[in-house]
Amino acid sequence: MLFFLGQIGSYTLRQLSEMGRIFLFLLSAVGLAFRPPAKFRLIVYHLKTIGVDSLSVVLLSGFFTGMVMGFQFYYSLRKFNAESWLGSAAALSLLRELGPVLSAFMVTGRTGSAMAAELGTMRATEQIDALSSMAINPVKYLVSPRIIASLIAMPLLTAIFDVVGIFGAYLIGVGLLGVSSGSYFAGMDTSVVFQDVYSGFIKSLSFGLIITWVCCYKGFNAPPMATGVSRATTESVVLSFVLVLVWDYFLTSIML
Amino acid sequence: MIRVVDLYKSFGTQQVLKGVNLEFVTGKTTTIVGTSGCGKTVLLKHLNLLLRPDRGAILIDGTDITKLKQKDLYEIRSRFGVLFQGAALLDSMTIFDNVAFPLRERTDLNETEIQKKVDDRLEQVGLEGMGYKFPAELSGGMRKRAGLARALVTDPEIVLFDEPTTGLDPILASSIHQLIARTQRTFGFTAVVVSHTIPQVFDISDYVAILANGVIEEIKPSREFQASKNPIVQQFIRGETEGPIQVL
Repeated sequence: MLFFLGQIGSYTLRQLSEMGRIFLFLLSAVGLAFRPPAKFRLIVYHLKTIGVDSLSVVLLSGFFTGMVMGFQFYYSLRKFNAESWLGSAAALSLLRELGPVLSAFMVTGRTGSAMAAELGTMRATEQIDALSSMAINPVKYLVSPRIIASLIAMPLLTAIFDVVGIFGAYLIGVGLLGVSSGSYFAGMDTSVVFQDVYSGFIKSLSFGLIITWVCCYKGFNAPPMATGVSRATTESVVLSFVLVLVWDYFLTSIML
Repeated sequence: MIRVVDLYKSFGTQQVLKGVNLEFVTGKTTTIVGTSGCGKTVLLKHLNLLLRPDRGAILIDGTDITKLKQKDLYEIRSRFGVLFQGAALLDSMTIFDNVAFPLRERTDLNETEIQKKVDDRLEQVGLEGMGYKFPAELSGGMRKRAGLARALVTDPEIVLFDEPTTGLDPILASSIHQLIARTQRTFGFTAVVVSHTIPQVFDISDYVAILANGVIEEIKPSREFQASKNPIVQQFIRGETEGPIQVL
């Protein structure tokens, strides 16, 4: 019994200490991001890897999500003779919820996993040690620019996801199922308010921070071997998904 | 002068360093030898505090660097150059950019001055005209030489070499040893080499120390070390499986 309690205690202490480390990592990366000299070239480079390189997958997933919503909402709304609210329903769900969450998932899969794998490999091949030994802070050089880039890229990707999704739902609703174009946009115009756009923006911003933070931390602290890198990559994706959903719940409950 | 005082380090339950005491003479080459996995690299990584000791001190010109704040530690690290076991070149950059990297990040030199300095170092290590290549396009020996060029480009006072010839054929290993000896004579830095390449390391070393059982068992000038009566030294030099060093 004592052994069992000891194991639970030891596990709890390990988890608390890991949580402490992960928060200190975030504080350090954010603090260093605002300390000169700014790494503009690296920020632009990571804007490309996080933003531009994720664009195709965000466009594709946004478009198909919108089209599926066109079908599903039409099916549901028709039961209440409310097909004209299709535009409103699609826009609200995309702007408030699906846009930020699904684009965060896409970016995690496309870029977050790559971040963890890249940093993990750099750890395994002593490249992170090499930076430290050259008196260069590896967190400032490798993590802070990624955090700034993700804070810029995520809201933009989410906005693109929203617009493409609304267009996808329009194509299905108006082009295929016969909802009038005027009622599609009129419904959207009357029901969507600034608060909806704002909550989606705040969500996408915080999701961008969570993804980069978790993926960089996992990669940065990966055990220096092949299995360590693969485990760090898997853990970074799973933890990012879970944290995005948990944080989404809290933000939704606050901002509804 | 670098002094290691009563250094202890363990990883989990495995105690690697058990009270290491060692001095590195300024401007000379000291080689640390020992069996694979005895903690040579761990000891080396303590010298610029890439690893932090559990206990003990590392004194550089009398300052215990284990007690320094992060900012002051970076100042100390800028006095070091390091050649890592696998060269640790940043694989997203060309060789030129790798060598230029510490200059661009840490100095106010303009691009013309950087270009000249990098070209000089690449020439000194026999990699002139190879700057446009990426690390993945180079052989193991060339990567080590590029790593050496990067380690030397800031004119460091102390250069750490972590198994510089591991994985190289004997001819290439000799050329790297000669390169280390030549650059040490040219620049006059304090060199700390970790190696188990016997007997080649004796030719490039002023002092040789042997790490065994978590402590420095002997440190002597190179010739005296080879003639040492210490059974640990003799077992290591002769490559015998039976003796005071427990192999398996």
